[in-house]
Amino acid sequence: MADLSIDFAGIKSPNPFWLASGPLTNSGAQVSRAFELGWGGAVWKTLGEPVVNVYSRYGGMDYRGAKITGLNNIELITDRPLEENLKEIREVKKRFPGHAVIASLMVETREQWREIIKQVEDAGCDGIELNFGCPHGMCERGMGSAVGQEPKVLSEITGWTKEFAAIPVLVKLTPNIGNIVEPGIAAVRGKADGISLINTIKSIVGVDLDRFTPYPYVGGRSTNGGYCGPAVKPIALHMVGSLAREKEITIPISGIGGVSDWRDAAEFILMGASSVQVCTAAMHYGFRIIEEMLEGLSDYMDSKGFRTIADFVGKGARNFVEWGDLNLNYRIAAEISKDLCIGCQLCYVACNDGGHQCIHLDGPGGRVPRVEQEDCIGCNLCSLVCPVPGCITMKEIDTGKPYMNWKEFQKSLARA
Amino acid sequence: MKAKTLDILPEERLENSIPDQKPVFSEMQALAEAHRCFYCYDAPCTAACPTRINVPEFIRKISTGNYKGSARTILSSNIFGLSCAKVCPVEVLCAGACVYHGTHQEPIQIGRLQAFSVQWAYDRDVQFFGKGAPTGKKVALIGGGPASLSCAFELAKLGHEPVVFEKGRFPGGLNTIGVAPYKLHSHVSLREIERVLKIGIEIRPGVVGEDVSLDELEKSFDALFLGVGLGDDSRLGIPGEDLSGCWGALALIEKIKIGKEFSPSSLAHAVILGGGNTAIDAARELAKLGVPRVTLAYRRSEAQMTGYAHEVAWARREGVFFSFLVSPVAILGKDRATGVRFVRMKLGEPDGTGRPKAVPSPGTEFEMDADAVVFGTGQEKRTAFLEKIPGLKLKGGLVDVDDEGRTSKSNYFAGGDCISGGKEVVNAVAEGKRAASSIDLYLNGGRN
Repeated sequence: MADLSIDFAGIKSPNPFWLASGPLTNSGAQVSRAFELGWGGAVWKTLGEPVVNVYSRYGGMDYRGAKITGLNNIELITDRPLEENLKEIREVKKRFPGHAVIASLMVETREQWREIIKQVEDAGCDGIELNFGCPHGMCERGMGSAVGQEPKVLSEITGWTKEFAAIPVLVKLTPNIGNIVEPGIAAVRGKADGISLINTIKSIVGVDLDRFTPYPYVGGRSTNGGYCGPAVKPIALHMVGSLAREKEITIPISGIGGVSDWRDAAEFILMGASSVQVCTAAMHYGFRIIEEMLEGLSDYMDSKGFRTIADFVGKGARNFVEWGDLNLNYRIAAEISKDLCIGCQLCYVACNDGGHQCIHLDGPGGRVPRVEQEDCIGCNLCSLVCPVPGCITMKEIDTGKPYMNWKEFQKSLARA
Repeated sequence: MKAKTLDILPEERLENSIPDQKPVFSEMQALAEAHRCFYCYDAPCTAACPTRINVPEFIRKISTGNYKGSARTILSSNIFGLSCAKVCPVEVLCAGACVYHGTHQEPIQIGRLQAFSVQWAYDRDVQFFGKGAPTGKKVALIGGGPASLSCAFELAKLGHEPVVFEKGRFPGGLNTIGVAPYKLHSHVSLREIERVLKIGIEIRPGVVGEDVSLDELEKSFDALFLGVGLGDDSRLGIPGEDLSGCWGALALIEKIKIGKEFSPSSLAHAVILGGGNTAIDAARELAKLGVPRVTLAYRRSEAQMTGYAHEVAWARREGVFFSFLVSPVAILGKDRATGVRFVRMKLGEPDGTGRPKAVPSPGTEFEMDADAVVFGTGQEKRTAFLEKIPGLKLKGGLVDVDDEGRTSKSNYFAGGDCISGGKEVVNAVAEGKRAASSIDLYLNGGRN
């Protein structure tokens, strides 16, 4: 049996699954219920000066019958009094001393940071997460993503918190930025102990066609929200991987963005995350999804011979390189299984209209298309549109040529 | 005790010609169906399952490609996960409770998804459970059907030592020899049982009361479980019912499942008497085996049948005729059955079951040609055997148990058809499991 426990920058947790700061971690009752079901940690709903929230806060992105492939929200930080939150944190830590409770914080001035850090430390928090990522509402007040988008400011505020905090400090980054490595390095320079990413992506999830107003509808108006859920996973994986492979990023990464099942978690860990944070999937289906995540990840680790999470953190990030480092002599071509093909010809139309016109309908025996392998550029498109698992496979073709990347190719051109 | 052995299942069996009505899903089918599941909270499908399998959870695991975990979820609640997936009347259990009914759409095909996951794990020989640390306590289980085996499995998990006494040729009770072949073939049942036994369950062939006495068992075992099921097919006590060509429904089904000597091709018209699921099973099997005319005759009307409506619908599709409000008076024939004399019935006042009584109409007798007559009119109870156990309280010929599977004798527990009078395999599995925790409590002197 794999050991799922982690030590994230000094924060110990029975497993790498944490609830991300958000509606799920708004109260002690919720966090306790989650811990009972198996969650390893929780990042408390962001604490700060209490706010007033609006009615109607979420919008969903459905796609072809699948509900909430993406979720958009305009909710702000906690609207409950700080004292109540602190009391509940204290109670949760007392009941679950082995679980990780991390306080997400968002305040403005140096003094406010000093004060609130002392309060959450006294409450027994295992760590702090600086919310430099929220892209709606709070950023208009100079907080959240307004900080995350300014590496210098980010570094400076992180530095303050490190002065005041005895417990580990995580910096939560916004993806609403050109190059994620810059704020990542700024966090390291501010002496952060860890980085969490991604926060939500600035978004409008849809528009009400009758009321001519974006969703979510708030009395005749709307505002941009933060986008999350399964749809943002590729963006998050890229950002996590970009930090993981960066030499200057020497601190652990907590991966966030569309983690919905054990597979997503394993992917984030492979791309460099030492813990993962979950929000949308648990908002959709409840805390109970943890059973499948723990079991699936544990079985996966056993099947690969990984004894601990550390055994495979970043194993995939090492193979994440610049385009110029890819092997130009690697070749594949599509192969269609005559036995499995059901004759939908989606591969044909995709290749003909959006690919390189190497699938043909002149094959013998009905509707099974034929791949002209000589012409196939191995783009994968046909295998991606094929509805039948395993029907179209991309077969490696031995070119007999050695590894050669773009840079080497340029040199060889120059020599010639 | 006499040295007896269990039989090896013959390769050639009549049931082989009857195909599986719900073949195991391909991966593509399973994924498509799993993605339809809403993953309900406090799900009605789970509540409808006697063994309380966490249905939404195992389906979610299919949808994430975690087939192994899916099988673990199923088998940890029901060790007969494959048999039940195929045998259960899901239409009136899990799938019958599916919230999709509220949207006028097809419910999730839970049985087929369950069979997919469990078969996946069996194909890879995945073992999920091991024997518990030995407690030194021994439990004798009388009868080798699903109730006893499920009870024995739970006991082994807890470290007790179960020994199952089986008087028949094969273990598994009706799950092996009595389930309609289009639901489950006998070899599939036996293979699943082999896996169940692997945890460390001993099977001793022989008849309790003949090969080994109850006294001996009580002396050498710390507790006993009664999973003796029901007895032979019951008859009606009408003239001619012992003629050649007359069959008990279960006896006939057993012949079809594990033998090949019964020859349906020579028959012209089979008449099945009864309105329950065993009667319908027998009728459907004979129709599938090519008997040109199969008639199910029931003394009340269709609305009062105890057989499931979906089974009746299947039978009709397969060409079975139904004759309602008729009751057999005599089986005709000299050396062998050649027909049945019926009397027409009318519905009268409700009886003890709340169903209207069937009352004969004088002067309405008529005859129907038949070269096979099948009695699907229930099974005998095992009262004669059970009455030999001093101090064991019976209720209507069945073992009287409380809500925890405990009998009137502190060291006796019971489950399966001998307490229920004949229910589904899944009920027997659930009752076996329930009794195991009561036995464990008893063996630990009241502490779990």
